[in-house]
Amino acid sequence: MQGLEDLYREIILDHYKNPRNSGQLDSPPAHRAEGYNPLCGDEVAVYVANDGDRIVDIKMSGQGCSISRSSASLMTVAVKGKSVAEAREAIRTFKNMMSIHEAALGAEAEDQVGPADLRTLGELAALQGVVKFPVRIKCATLAWNTLSQLLDEIEAGESN
Amino acid sequence: MEAMTTQDTTDTLDVARIRADFPIFDRHGEKPLHFLDSAASSQRPIQVLAMMDEYYETTHANVHRGVYGLAERATEQYEDSRVAVGAFVGAPDPSREIIFTKNATESLNLVSNSFARGLFAPGDKVVLTKMEHHANLVPWLMVKDQMGIEIVYIDHDADGYLDLDGLDAKLDGAKLVSLTLCSNVLGTLNPVKEIAARAHDAGALVVADGAQYVPHIATDVQDLGIDMLAFTGHKMLGPTGIGVLWAKAELLERMPPFLGGGDMILDVRLDGYTPNEIPYKFEAGTPPIAEAIGLGAAVKYLSALGMDKVRAHEIALSEYAFRRFEEEFGRDLVVHGPKNPLDRGGVLSFAYRNVHPHDISQVLDQFGVCVRAGHHCAKPLMRTLGVAATARASLYIYNDESDVEGLIEAIAATRSFFG
Ligand SMILES: Cc1ncc(COP(=O)(O)O)c(C=O)c1O
Repeated sequence: MQGLEDLYREIILDHYKNPRNSGQLDSPPAHRAEGYNPLCGDEVAVYVANDGDRIVDIKMSGQGCSISRSSASLMTVAVKGKSVAEAREAIRTFKNMMSIHEAALGAEAEDQVGPADLRTLGELAALQGVVKFPVRIKCATLAWNTLSQLLDEIEAGESN
Repeated sequence: MEAMTTQDTTDTLDVARIRADFPIFDRHGEKPLHFLDSAASSQRPIQVLAMMDEYYETTHANVHRGVYGLAERATEQYEDSRVAVGAFVGAPDPSREIIFTKNATESLNLVSNSFARGLFAPGDKVVLTKMEHHANLVPWLMVKDQMGIEIVYIDHDADGYLDLDGLDAKLDGAKLVSLTLCSNVLGTLNPVKEIAARAHDAGALVVADGAQYVPHIATDVQDLGIDMLAFTGHKMLGPTGIGVLWAKAELLERMPPFLGGGDMILDVRLDGYTPNEIPYKFEAGTPPIAEAIGLGAAVKYLSALGMDKVRAHEIALSEYAFRRFEEEFGRDLVVHGPKNPLDRGGVLSFAYRNVHPHDISQVLDQFGVCVRAGHHCAKPLMRTLGVAATARASLYIYNDESDVEGLIEAIAATRSFFG
């Protein structure tokens, strides 16, 4: 099951079985957004407590497959304590890693996520194998799209 | 040329011979293909493909229009298929009562739209079950939004059997009952004959969704006592893009047309139109001609196998699967719906430990085992099952014990990732 080892990396299975930052935050004061994958019924709720520009706490809950759950868990670890701008950058890099392969599953796609980007991705790089399984990309990006929407809402709310 | 047909004279299906008729099983590559997703869409035999090719290569012209020989032959083949498909479900007057549509979904939308255009009044009651496919749910919800009909639901128990207590109260004053003959998730074969009799006593019409039934079980609309039946070609060895609505002629006469355009009219003036006679009244525009002819070849293929043998084969294979699941997995594997193979179709939705259906089907794919993972277009039912998705293996004429064994081996392999 060679191909599958790329998908089900140990880090992924670990985050699936022992999700980090799983749970809820009281909202308000925390902000909350939900995401659904209508295709398979996966759902995620993301909670963010911010202090101005900083994400001081983040939690996620919901249900889904190993890829959607572990991606959500890895995401919370990646952005907790970061500024909103840094979180957006992480979202951009992550989605880039998913989408370039979506467009071109070929070799040259590799150059587009440079080594520097991969380093900033840290453990998230474990999810790279997902791109070889295009139907699972939506699972991996669900929590990230939800966070992105939540950050939009926070910024819109706070600029009012 | 007559399409060749596999004649089977033994008591059981000869699966090896059947598989030889399906090119996909040779063309798949080195790994054997364990295709266990026929409930989503079946494969098709060479007899169906050849019939459609031959039609395009020798006969094609638009139907019901030209006076030249080619057009006449196309029309004749199209109409012959209508009669063959009607005969396959026991329609008393197939040349008038069979309407070709795009799929079962369109057939059901035809009924709901037509009723909304003249036969329903606001407040009318429609009875459904809680195990309907979205195709037999959303069209009615749309009519509800449009004109305020009332929808009531027949419940089912934890094993997937309809709860008929209180049915008469639900039927009281109902205009129409629409329900599936076989659930695409639970496999339940619903007692449609009994429900239809009780619905008629209450003055309601009965629509049956046969999408998961007609491909697998000998169907006789007169014996079932229903008024309308929807089914779809691609789940019964036919091509995509062809569906069927059967309805009693006197009902079709009363139903307003659904789609408007060419072919469905007798006369058009600038201020109005006169609809064509049935069934053409419901077939606006150029129909899926080759697809209808392909479906005709599919029902011929199934009839030659014998639908009773098809059913017996699926019961035996379901029994085998249940027994082997029990031996290999015990309580770790749960099949949703009725446990008695006689009460169900060959649709096996299952949960295995806590492994998510997506992950199950991903691992299975590595073993050449194709199953469906998801909500199966039945979200209300998923909610009552308390799950977001299930994995579903479904059986058909070209499956045998080796497919069940392939499935079991692959399910066991999920342990190497998910403990
Ligand atoms: C019970 C049932 N009804 C209706 C349909 C709709 O069939 P189609 O998509 O061909 O319109 C399906 C197919 O998924 C089904 O399983």
